[in-house]
Amino acid sequence: MIINLLLYVLIGLSFCCFFRVVFGPSIADRMVAIDIFGILVVGICGLLIVRTGRLFLIDIAIAWIILSFIGTITLAKYLTGKKLDE
Amino acid sequence: MNNTISLIFFIIGVAFDLFGCIGLIRLPDVYNRLQSATKSVTLGTCSILFGLFIKFGFSAIGMKALIAIPLLFFVSTVAAHALVRGSYIFGTKLWDETIIDDYKDVQK
Repeated sequence: MIINLLLYVLIGLSFCCFFRVVFGPSIADRMVAIDIFGILVVGICGLLIVRTGRLFLIDIAIAWIILSFIGTITLAKYLTGKKLDE
Repeated sequence: MNNTISLIFFIIGVAFDLFGCIGLIRLPDVYNRLQSATKSVTLGTCSILFGLFIKFGFSAIGMKALIAIPLLFFVSTVAAHALVRGSYIFGTKLWDETIIDDYKDVQK
């Protein structure tokens, strides 16, 4: 039952990240919020393994880490004004 | 016994995530927000994965969780560094009450 409570807390924190995505004053705020959301999802996957017992979720967590990294690097490169293959 | 220890690690991890997201909402600046959020949220998620390793032991899923910890650590740090450099070059303004800006001298 504590696992359920922790999952609710993490899902609420994801909505906090969505708040920052919607109302962020600058474009960098939104990117920071997306980066944080990607890390939070990994924690949600880790807790869902304990809650439901489905073991493939750890693979989704690892893949999500790598995809979040690539997305953040791409957005940072877009911010510096360079092209993506430069 | 393992369940209790892993539950303690889960609670510590969710608490660090909570502090990081409070910092993400409350702090006044992009750089402050990234400073707060990236570090503590990364530490919290690594704590959750370590609790997963303690719960499942040296099985396949436990080893995958153990491998994901250094991956998450390095990847998140590098991404945060690239993001803050990009947002500085893009011209995002610092907070009004910022005292010192060392990176401006490096740029010239």
